[in-house]
Amino acid sequence: MTELLRLATAGSVDDGKSTLIGRLLYDAKGIYEDQLEAIRRTSEQRGNPETDLALLTDGLRAEREQGITIDVAYRYFATPKRKFIIADTPGHTEYTRNMVTGASNAHMSLILIDARKGVIEQTRRHAFLSSMLGVPHMVVCVNKMDLIDWNQDRYEEIKSDFMEFAARLNVRDITFIPISALRGDNVVQRSDNMWWYDGSPLLSHLESVYIGSDENFIDPRFPVQYVIRSQTPDAPDFRGYAGTVASGVLRPGDELLVMPSGTTSRIASILTADGEVAEAFPPMAVVITLTDDIAVSRGDVLCRPNNRPTVSHDIEATVCWMDERSSLAEGRTYLLKHSTRTVRATAEAVQYRLDVNGLHRDEVASTLALNEIGRVSFRCTEPLLVDDYTTNRTTGSFIIIDPTTNATVGAGVIRVIGTTHASPNVVRHGGRLSRSERYAALGAAGATLLFTGLSGAGKSTLASGVEEAFVRSGRPAFLLDGDNLRHGLNGDLGFSDLDRTENVRRAGEVARMFAESGALALIALISPFEEDRRLIRTMHEEAGLAYAEIFVDTSLEECERRDPKGLYARARAGQLPGFTGIDSAYEMPAHPDLVVGPGSGSFSEQVSVVIDLVEALLR
Amino acid sequence: MVDDSGGRGSGAPHGATGHYRLSHLGALEAHAIHVFREVAAEFERPVLLFSGGKDSIVMLHLAKKAFWPAPVPFPVLHIDTGRNFEEVLEFRDRHAAALGVRVLVAKVQDDIDAGRTVEDATLGATRNRLQTPTLLRAIREGRYDAVFGGARRDEEKARAKERIFSFRDEFGQWDPKKQRPELWNLYNAQHNKGEHIRVFPLSNWTELDVWHYIRQEGIDVPRIYFAHRRRVFQRDGMFMAVTEHLAPSEGEPVFEAMVRFRTVGDADCTGCVESMAETIDLVVAEVAGTRLTERGATRADDRISEAGMEDRKREGYF
Repeated sequence: MTELLRLATAGSVDDGKSTLIGRLLYDAKGIYEDQLEAIRRTSEQRGNPETDLALLTDGLRAEREQGITIDVAYRYFATPKRKFIIADTPGHTEYTRNMVTGASNAHMSLILIDARKGVIEQTRRHAFLSSMLGVPHMVVCVNKMDLIDWNQDRYEEIKSDFMEFAARLNVRDITFIPISALRGDNVVQRSDNMWWYDGSPLLSHLESVYIGSDENFIDPRFPVQYVIRSQTPDAPDFRGYAGTVASGVLRPGDELLVMPSGTTSRIASILTADGEVAEAFPPMAVVITLTDDIAVSRGDVLCRPNNRPTVSHDIEATVCWMDERSSLAEGRTYLLKHSTRTVRATAEAVQYRLDVNGLHRDEVASTLALNEIGRVSFRCTEPLLVDDYTTNRTTGSFIIIDPTTNATVGAGVIRVIGTTHASPNVVRHGGRLSRSERYAALGAAGATLLFTGLSGAGKSTLASGVEEAFVRSGRPAFLLDGDNLRHGLNGDLGFSDLDRTENVRRAGEVARMFAESGALALIALISPFEEDRRLIRTMHEEAGLAYAEIFVDTSLEECERRDPKGLYARARAGQLPGFTGIDSAYEMPAHPDLVVGPGSGSFSEQVSVVIDLVEALLR
Repeated sequence: MVDDSGGRGSGAPHGATGHYRLSHLGALEAHAIHVFREVAAEFERPVLLFSGGKDSIVMLHLAKKAFWPAPVPFPVLHIDTGRNFEEVLEFRDRHAAALGVRVLVAKVQDDIDAGRTVEDATLGATRNRLQTPTLLRAIREGRYDAVFGGARRDEEKARAKERIFSFRDEFGQWDPKKQRPELWNLYNAQHNKGEHIRVFPLSNWTELDVWHYIRQEGIDVPRIYFAHRRRVFQRDGMFMAVTEHLAPSEGEPVFEAMVRFRTVGDADCTGCVESMAETIDLVVAEVAGTRLTERGATRADDRISEAGMEDRKREGYF
């Protein structure tokens, strides 16, 4: 039983990449004699007495003429254990887009370092791009060891230089191998010259690296690709949903949620042309039939009611621009093809441009040109169903199409902050106490209150009044004030929509823990977006904790008149862009549990109304 | 190269291995099915190029699986040079009828008769290049916007860089320098009226994968792929079959040999190889052990020059 492993390489002629691939192909019998004969002739014509294995991978005439590789070339070879697909790309900055293309599907990236030169700019770029594209495995070949006398100290030095840089990246598995591609040391055969190296040669490593857990088997996502209808005598009135499993494992009988409509159903059967299957997992291409007759179409995603993608018009992504004829510009509208859905989207803002050689951010940038990479926010005409790229390469990626030229001009990896579970393998630790035991022993019960409203509405004042009343009566309560949180826990966050969402999420998580511990958690936070408030509510409801949302309804005029911190004045003067109520919207709560405002009686009356609400919640 | 079944030998159904793993054939099949469905969802008038060769047979088999239990939602198109092996034409009609797909035929002879193309009268000239105008005419007349081809990247260097969705302008031309980047499983299907996309679902398959898959799925292929006795003569270092389309010149003695065809092109430019592989297992073993590419071994048309394929592809060839 052979498995498929996709390998991405990048490098330039002088680091010996083509020689290495040529040797792998040759030693694994992945090149044929007539191919070898053809390049032998070409090498001779060029006055090169030795056969130049690099010629094997240079397919287009322009490449052969210029002696360079300008595109992604695919090469194939197989051993009894695995079939390999190599996506081979050139290594210079001007080929960043090709490297990104090659890495997008790869299980492993192969990085070559010339032992004489050590870690150079190009090495860091390859490692960075590989990390950005979520390639799970990396093998670093320190090549040309023959030219440094097989020196182990030098090898160790290069290794630690590389690790120092890689520590800042997100790569799960890194392996180092000292080799000589030219002489074949540690490529297929173990090297006698490097007796001190006790790892596997490259080919054995490629054959044995464990790729079984690279797919996400946790979060069920089935983007509906095509609806199959049949009226044939064999299958009358058949309707099934065809697609490729993006992640998770699906089984007949599973309860499903259809996004974005929100209807639920169950899997009746999972079909292939070879018959029914008991389970479907990535990357199987199957047909799903449902127990209910509901409307499902291309672009919908089948998931689980308690495990669903984020639905949003606003997408934050790290984008690589790939077009030589245009640049990504703020305000321009493009087509985003995400999974099985294509939508129009406006590039709202370039947050920063990344220097792909280091990790430096240029926050002044407002465009991305060919081969440039940066963080971009998009606003889509229709919502997309997305996951963070680190948890899902399929629902976390998109391509950008220019609607005027139809060209593919860029690619993006999505960053979802808030509801993602970046560590799907972390299991909750139970502890010895149940919640009811804890509450009974403490003589207290936890709950969370969210005070939402404009800046200056009186949220913190009211919340601290409730806090004081509670604590003086011997019951634990604690105020989580938005401004205070921004001095500590949320000190790294700004005021972009994305950062505001994360600010709210963190406050919600901390409150949940306070409530779990038996305290009354009071969050005083502008929390201007309904979606974010719903996030905190869901968080508590799922945990079965008492929760209420209190809308401190003070008018903008009144808040601005009070202006306790002078913020409105500064916002009006244009010094605080994105200030809620001035140039950023406050979405009125649709269903608050309580509304208090200037007309709701005296301060102490307001405090006691809130306390009554808490008592009712805890009963 | 490898000679194991790669199939579902160990009793694991549908190419699944161990814990949530697909075999490499299972993964290749799933990807090809994904490509077929993507085309059916995003294009209005797809068509599948069918030559009766093994790659187009496998492609049609995958199309069938992609849309099961519904029928394949597009027709197949054969570009008939008039120089085909008889066995292949017979197979084409029988196979299509069995699968219930509609076969359209566009004839190179019609373009020659109408004066749209001119046949090269020199001895040994083939109709290989003449297929291109006929193919482009058929695409134009059928208003096809997606055209499936069975090309594989392992066949030839220029093909190693071709995209799975490969854009063609209104003249059917391929511009290797203006190819659209292709990432993840996201294929850009956007095109204007009159332009089309060539789609290659077998891009990542090798010759050996195709044979392993034919064996695994029990797919029927023309019998000239298996070893048989045939009257041949030697030309340019290849064995050529004596047929109504090709006769030996003086000094090319005819003899009988056990041969099989590794590729099926026109009878006047496709060579055969000496072989004793009379069964699918023997063919798989032979392909696994061969040291010559299938095109290098048997296709006179690919020996034109280093860039022969790239030039033909630019013009709109398969």
